[in-house]
Amino acid sequence: MFDSLSGKLQNVFRNLRGLGHLSEANVADSLREVRLALLEADVNFKVARDFIDRVKAKALGQQVVQTIQPGQQMIKVIHDELVDLLGAEHAGLALAHNPTCILMVGLHGSGKTTSSGKLARLLHKQGRAPLLVAADVYRPAAMDQLATLGAKLELPVFVRQEEKDVLRIARAALELAAAQQRNVLIFDTAGRLQIDEPLVQELVRLRDVVKAQEILLVLDAATGQEAVNVATHFDRALGITGAVLTKLDGDARGGAALSFKAVVGKPIKYVGVGEKLEEFEPFHPERMAQRILGMGDVVSLVEKAAEAVDLDTAQKLEEKMRKGQFTLEDFLGQLRQMRSLGPLENLVGLLPGGGEMLKSADLSKSEKEFRHMEAMICAMTPQERRTPQILNARRRLRIANGSGVKVSELNSMLQRFGQMQQMMKKMGKFQKMMARMGGAPPPGLFRR
Amino acid sequence: MGLLQKLKQGLQKTQAQLVHEIQRVVTRSPRLTDASLDDLEAALLGADLGCAMTADIIAAVRKAFETQGRAGLEIVAIAQAEVARHLGQSDPHLRAPTGGLTVVSIVGVNGTGKTTTSAKLAHWLQSQGQCAMLAACDTFRAAAIEQLKLWGQRLDVAVVAGAYHADPAAVAHDAIAAAQARGAQYLLVDTAGRLHTKNNLMQELQKVHRVMDKKLPGAPHEVLLVLDATTGMNALQQAREFHKAVPLTGLVVTKLDGTSKGGMVVAIQKELRLPVKFIGVGEQPDDLQPFDPAPFAAALFSTKA
Repeated sequence: MFDSLSGKLQNVFRNLRGLGHLSEANVADSLREVRLALLEADVNFKVARDFIDRVKAKALGQQVVQTIQPGQQMIKVIHDELVDLLGAEHAGLALAHNPTCILMVGLHGSGKTTSSGKLARLLHKQGRAPLLVAADVYRPAAMDQLATLGAKLELPVFVRQEEKDVLRIARAALELAAAQQRNVLIFDTAGRLQIDEPLVQELVRLRDVVKAQEILLVLDAATGQEAVNVATHFDRALGITGAVLTKLDGDARGGAALSFKAVVGKPIKYVGVGEKLEEFEPFHPERMAQRILGMGDVVSLVEKAAEAVDLDTAQKLEEKMRKGQFTLEDFLGQLRQMRSLGPLENLVGLLPGGGEMLKSADLSKSEKEFRHMEAMICAMTPQERRTPQILNARRRLRIANGSGVKVSELNSMLQRFGQMQQMMKKMGKFQKMMARMGGAPPPGLFRR
Repeated sequence: MGLLQKLKQGLQKTQAQLVHEIQRVVTRSPRLTDASLDDLEAALLGADLGCAMTADIIAAVRKAFETQGRAGLEIVAIAQAEVARHLGQSDPHLRAPTGGLTVVSIVGVNGTGKTTTSAKLAHWLQSQGQCAMLAACDTFRAAAIEQLKLWGQRLDVAVVAGAYHADPAAVAHDAIAAAQARGAQYLLVDTAGRLHTKNNLMQELQKVHRVMDKKLPGAPHEVLLVLDATTGMNALQQAREFHKAVPLTGLVVTKLDGTSKGGMVVAIQKELRLPVKFIGVGEQPDDLQPFDPAPFAAALFSTKA
């Protein structure tokens, strides 16, 4: 999702890495690139400016000049600032009250109804008893939409088709919740503009009636500069407690997330990553920042794998990936497991450099292509899978014939596999380096 | 190519700059200050025009401002004219009614307002004295069909719908048959929202269009991409991908009644030459207006809270 931003930052760093020291001029040069990248990613221009100023102040400070590899230090400064901007840790929901009331608010079409359903599913899985409340009295068929979602989830939905008064709906829903022992109420409110004063006041009254503990702003990841206005207005009127970032499965770079965090200072709690009801995840700022910097989200990948694979295998896989000992055999095993993990594009996107790979090679055709890959690897001998270097022309021809593809396709698969291996190796080194800089510097690093 | 030509090419940039300077001196125009340029940049970036477009416009404004003389227009006026010029380059009209049926396909990512736009467009066509029909081809999202049907009841427009999870191409096919049988002039096809990165969904859309073309050669005659005005630079990417999958004929920008300016259409217009045909400015049926570049450009620079 942040691929282009990370791509641009990587370009900057590539240049920086070669530098012996950082001067004011070349820091300014690189930061201009970073600023452009941030703006292209829809980070609000004021937020971007502040961010650049902060990085600049730090980069030109003593700490950089004294270290041996200023370029790498620079990466760390930007990384840390990004994590800082995105928020330190994942923030959960305040669910202590009984019943807890959660308001989902936002602009039209940001994904409030779908997110309400997803949140209800998540809370239900965590052992709560959620009640969905259809409080969108304006959009035609909005209530039907929530009712359908509720039926799909087998969760109760409070719907009063003819009622046009949100407050009356809320009071009746609270009574019903008490009667049926539902301990979390999720109010799916109507989409409204942040400047539509009467409608915003309606939300304020709703908040006061139900004494909402959580007010979540649902924000489309593709939102542009406007994100700042939306967030500040809603926050000022309602005192929002957090945000849900939706449609992150698109290729929007999600600069809105940075803007939101910077101006409101409230955490982003969840992200929506697909149209299906289970495609909803807690927001992890640290991971997101790493992703921005093109370090790949191996943790997420392993977590995903762990859902389908047993933990041992997953750990071994991560280890292998980090050490760059990923063989065609592992690749084959992965291909087969990935099938059960959902669309391949999502998964490859999590791999280091995967984003760029997605762009250059059209992996959207992946399902078919990956079936071919599987066939090709199956046509190899175990020895060939472990050491693809021994594949000469004869062997290649045999494999191609055996799996019903052209030799050129086999070649391109092997080449791509090689690239993937390279990326993993690089990422492994990079992670080690980050860990080193984060913790105490190992002896010998600064002595030279 | 001779050496002279190469030299000439190399000197062109210098020459342009020189001409610009001379013009500036001759017309006694004041130089632009950094502060006013910063303000302009902030306004352009804040309206989601994006970096590249902002840089282009600033360059154009600088050139125009520094050569127009002392009593010339102020920079915002120049920038407005520049934006309007960019936007006014292609035909913003919907295909005029012919003898037969005109099929308009409404496409876009999730939550931009496709269903509402379809309904409003039907209303607008009716008010123009045309007979329009709606096809509910969003068979995926919960209650999308009900939403369009309710609009149909409210506006007294016939709606052709299938069952949920039915093949949208089949619904479109039936809708064309129904519209032809009734002798309608326009058929508005409301498709399901899809992210432009989901290849399978884009293929589904292509299939819907293929089937329509088979049923009525040339259909869909208009393909309108609905863009949410709050969207930032991703809008360009959306337009690119949709245009690649199903050649678009125009844009509809929705939710312009808020404080969002929808500036990204300027960049889209520049790259893809897609005219904005309509803008959505509210939730009522009449809140869909044919696009007019001049007021749109003016609104980009307005500072309503």
